Amino acid sequence: MRRGWFLPIAAVLGFAFLYAPIISLVVFSFNESRLVTVWSGFSVKWYGELLRDPQILGAAWLSLQIAAVSASIALVLGTLCAVALVRFKRFRGRTALAGMVSAPLVMPDVITGLSLLLLFVTMESFFGWPAGRGMLTIIIAHSTFCMAYVTVVVQSRLSDLDLSLEEAAMDLGANPVRVFFDITLPIIAPALVSGWLLGFTLSLDDLVIASFVSGPGSSTLPMVIFSKVRLGVSPDINALATIIVGIVALGVVAATVIQLRARPRRARA
Amino acid sequence: MTSLAEIEVRPRQRPWSVLERGLRTAGLSGRALVIFAPALWLTVFFLVPLAVVFGISLATKQFGRPPYSDLLTFAEDGTVQLTLHLSNFIRLFTDALYVNAYLNSIKISAIATVVALLIGYPMAYFIARMNDPWRNILLMLVILPFWTSFLLRVYALSGFMRGNGVINNFLGAFGLGPIVMMQTDFAVYVGIVYTYLPFMILPLYTNLVKLDEALLEASADLGAKPWRTFLSVTLPLSIPGIVAGSMLVFIPAIGEFVIPSLLGGPGTLMIGRVLWDEFFANTNWPRASAVAIAMLVVVVVPIMLMQKAQDAVVERDK
Repeated sequence: MRRGWFLPIAAVLGFAFLYAPIISLVVFSFNESRLVTVWSGFSVKWYGELLRDPQILGAAWLSLQIAAVSASIALVLGTLCAVALVRFKRFRGRTALAGMVSAPLVMPDVITGLSLLLLFVTMESFFGWPAGRGMLTIIIAHSTFCMAYVTVVVQSRLSDLDLSLEEAAMDLGANPVRVFFDITLPIIAPALVSGWLLGFTLSLDDLVIASFVSGPGSSTLPMVIFSKVRLGVSPDINALATIIVGIVALGVVAATVIQLRARPRRARA
Repeated sequence: MTSLAEIEVRPRQRPWSVLERGLRTAGLSGRALVIFAPALWLTVFFLVPLAVVFGISLATKQFGRPPYSDLLTFAEDGTVQLTLHLSNFIRLFTDALYVNAYLNSIKISAIATVVALLIGYPMAYFIARMNDPWRNILLMLVILPFWTSFLLRVYALSGFMRGNGVINNFLGAFGLGPIVMMQTDFAVYVGIVYTYLPFMILPLYTNLVKLDEALLEASADLGAKPWRTFLSVTLPLSIPGIVAGSMLVFIPAIGEFVIPSLLGGPGTLMIGRVLWDEFFANTNWPRASAVAIAMLVVVVVPIMLMQKAQDAVVERDK
């Protein structure tokens, strides 16, 4: 195998491009000066400022609640959808279901947000529900697009699954529901965990859809960040970003280590 | 672990047996329910909303709540009148603002996709050629930004590129610059490439890691130079990965709102931003709906292309 110089250099430059802005943001979150880009000394005062900001804390709490509930709803619906698509090979409307569940993956956020808002407004004028917009409407919107991601993750795990285990359980007289809970569910559990986490992260991150479907008094964390960032740099947002990057980095590193340990050592040629 | 005896003694008391009996008495098969629940949810919260958007795109703006005209009006003598306004769609084709926003979105997304491909391909290929611990570590470094907040990454980039930002401070140390980067189309290109690069790398990696090295060796043995091997072996075999990665960058970039509004200038017209302003600044809901419908038409073709490419891969792997 040829070991040229081009690939390593390109890869190093590429990773530098991916990480330089994030690293500089983390570094300047510890800067004393209000000027985010001129170093004037180490300080953690922006973290203190962040923890004393009721608007950011309130929005963060609201976003965490919305993300947890949306990810859970999406997990249930997405798993059902994946089971239907992988296990029931033929049923009427299969193509339609497959199309509907994968479309939100690539649908531009502005369209999803606008269409759900118009739906909620129309429903309210016909049925009186949902009364006004806020946490509930954001949860419905987030569950819908997170469900698409859960379906993809669970679907790929389910289609790799060895069918003989389920068949053996059936032969031993277990009914399909019992087979699902006793055999299938434990095997696909890692996919369920990553599906839920993916949904949680995506919900926590969404600005555009939430801006459309939220109501007065229910500003999520990204909405608050966006309105602050729009006015220019603010050091407390750097501090917030550092905390988020730290949590995500810990999570991803832990997941990779667990995955590497769990993988059986395969003989390599 | 449950002992064997336990399973034999009380299998019926498991909650799912109760669940199943309940479903049976309700006259529903479990199978129908598994399909029905997600199908109903998606119909109500995905399909119907798109129909509503289409309906309201045929209304016209008026003051009041909701801020658009009714399509159906019921007169006292029992007649129903259907009023459809095509004016919103006509405006899309005649007003230079919308036409330019469309063409500009497509142009910006297409160029950014090509740049992301040129940067992402060598990275994906490099990772795919690495051996085990390093391959996973590098892959993790690609995935990490993907889990970090999109909004915060765009913000990080703006801190990097602004007038008194990191790059200009660096250049200033050598007596160069400052270069104006923020609020230009250039910043939007950089923003799209930066935020969507992991979406380009991952499908390319998945494809390139399956490449059989024996093919490359055979090509080299037959006397092909490395670049020739790349062009006639590696590149053609990686086309499915290229298509998937490009579509994952191109499609969402077309409707992008955050990047043009935080990094672009007032002149950076992109269709997602036009829709947002139409809705929030002008409260013209019917016009915003018409823009959404037209945007759907633009993204549907690449979506179908991607679906086809994916189906082809699934078929071949079977």
